[in-house]
Amino acid sequence: MSLSIRNLTKSYVEPGGRRLPILNVDSFDIADAEQVVLVGSSGGGKTTLLNVIAGVTTSDSGQVVIDGTDVTTLSEPARDRFRALKIGYVFQTFNLLPAFTALENVLLGMSFSGRKVDRSHALELLERVGLNHRLHHRPTKLSVGEQQRVAVARALANRPSLLLADEPTANVDTANQDNLLKLIREACTENSVSLMLVTHSQDVASQFDRVEKLSDFNMPEAAE
Amino acid sequence: MNLLVIAFKSLKQRALASSLTALSVALGIMLMVSVLVINSVVDDTFNQRSVGVSLVIGPRGSDLGNVLSAVYRIGKPSENLPYRVLTQDIPQAAERLPGVKKSTDVIEWVIPMTMGDVSEEGAFPVVGTTPKYFKVEYASGKRFTKKGQLPVNPFDAMIGAQVARENSWDVGSQFTLIHGGADSGHVHDEKFTVAGVLGPTGTANDRTVFVNIEGFFLISGHEKPPEEAIQRLRDFGYEVTPAQEAEIREASGGHDDHGHSGHDHSGHDHAGHAPHGIPDDLKEVSFILVRTKSPTASLMLAPEINEGMRAQAVNPIIVISKLMKLFVGNTRKLLLCLTALIVVVAGIGIFVSIYNSMSDRKREIAIMRALGAHRGTVFAIILGESLLLCVGGGILGLLMGHGLVVIAAPFVESQAGIIVNPWKFDAMELVLFPVLIGMATLVGFLPGLTAYRTDVADSLND
Repeated sequence: MSLSIRNLTKSYVEPGGRRLPILNVDSFDIADAEQVVLVGSSGGGKTTLLNVIAGVTTSDSGQVVIDGTDVTTLSEPARDRFRALKIGYVFQTFNLLPAFTALENVLLGMSFSGRKVDRSHALELLERVGLNHRLHHRPTKLSVGEQQRVAVARALANRPSLLLADEPTANVDTANQDNLLKLIREACTENSVSLMLVTHSQDVASQFDRVEKLSDFNMPEAAE
Repeated sequence: MNLLVIAFKSLKQRALASSLTALSVALGIMLMVSVLVINSVVDDTFNQRSVGVSLVIGPRGSDLGNVLSAVYRIGKPSENLPYRVLTQDIPQAAERLPGVKKSTDVIEWVIPMTMGDVSEEGAFPVVGTTPKYFKVEYASGKRFTKKGQLPVNPFDAMIGAQVARENSWDVGSQFTLIHGGADSGHVHDEKFTVAGVLGPTGTANDRTVFVNIEGFFLISGHEKPPEEAIQRLRDFGYEVTPAQEAEIREASGGHDDHGHSGHDHSGHDHAGHAPHGIPDDLKEVSFILVRTKSPTASLMLAPEINEGMRAQAVNPIIVISKLMKLFVGNTRKLLLCLTALIVVVAGIGIFVSIYNSMSDRKREIAIMRALGAHRGTVFAIILGESLLLCVGGGILGLLMGHGLVVIAAPFVESQAGIIVNPWKFDAMELVLFPVLIGMATLVGFLPGLTAYRTDVADSLND
């Protein structure tokens, strides 16, 4: 099993001091190399769930087990290292670092993992996403579609076992949307990476075998 | 990709702001290096290493005045000393020292100097001295180089490098002197001929006109009338016997008969009719430079001379050390403090620049964290930026400082006769970098802490 969530709760404290439950997931699993789409209404907790899985934010209780490791029990530095090694993250707004070229953005992801930087692998990934001619261009010199492809290459740089993609096609046009989606899915298949893709687009969701609606397994009101 | 490379790339992204803040550090360091180089030049010019003299013996009065006048040619001597100080008192004072049989046991050399006149052209100070002056070390381990010959004939001269350059004089050039300084307006009739030109020394010798001391005495008006000379000797506490009085009057009369006053000395060879008949008791000197065979000997000889005569012996090293400590040293400290303040202000500039950028860079920091960077890693990257700005600015400032001196060195040498070695490093320059690293840590700490505390989820969602 690549991802296994049990009894996960997460709430935020509102300015008035009242706790606002966001997540209350009893059970959720993704098998090795499985590709899952998560849909749900805006503000429903999709991004929060991804952040908790990635260890970017902590949960109130419960377990998030990835490749046999319960992320919720790790210290912050251990979570950082685990995230760098095991999880790839593609953001809605690409989040490429503007000071670095396409190649450097991919290498940067490797740098933080603590492993030796594998330049040839970075070059392979960029070639795989069709950007071998744009290696030394900074994000501002790349088109939106190209930027998102760099983001995909960066997310796969450390050979993760789980790829989290948060609305990766939200900011690209329809033609690029299909290409990007195809690219992400193929890359995950080729590398046996499990994929959890968050989207609000039915078009995107319809292309996946497994589509999960967050509200079907997340009951925050029950946690109150 | 190591953290410094990441920091450098981030700085490059904000190229203008980064360059300006690094430049502000560079300017501060440039000024500091300039002060250090100038101080080093002043130090070399004035400190003991540049003085090959153990004692300066001159008239009673200001010890500093005597040293400045005799060694650095700044100011004029207050009065002259009888020649007997040179011929009698110094050897006797040396022989009174315990365990000394003859003066040469402790004294390496003694060189008289007469001063007071200036060259008509350029108003360079004129020093009457013996050819021996050019044979001894002018500074520790340094000897004169020269073009031409030593001034062995009475109306021969040796000129410093700056005099030669500014007056366009060379071997064979002839010149006249103004009596008592440029303001007096009295030009001596006697003409001196340049026999030799000294190579640059970076000392006061470069801007000095040296004439043979015998020629200096032969200049009309430089010898004293016999009655005045006898009275001066008595004023100085010397015994003048009737026989000596008669000898002085006779010699002086003979000299007057020769008719020095009012005739042109340039047309005939004084060396050919030496001795000119000027007795030692009619001669006066401004200073006597003494080199002892050991530093201890000079320390012992000075009080012996000071107690026994109306002359004053001072160790130029001690006098100049005091001057450096009291005046030049404090000025240096003041200038260094001012330039240090400039560097501190530049450091505050770096802090403001990085700190202000932090709010715009929270997302960047959050992305790095989301990619797996630890809090400590992003803290180190920000600190690295501060370090690069401070140390990069420091290296640039160091090069600019020495570059400035490289550009200024020929100008300073031509204008002031001071040889400046622009590549001479002061030990303080080595201290600059640890200080800059400390400053970088200090100014980078708070922005680094902001990066450290960045909430990844919040910043990514913003």
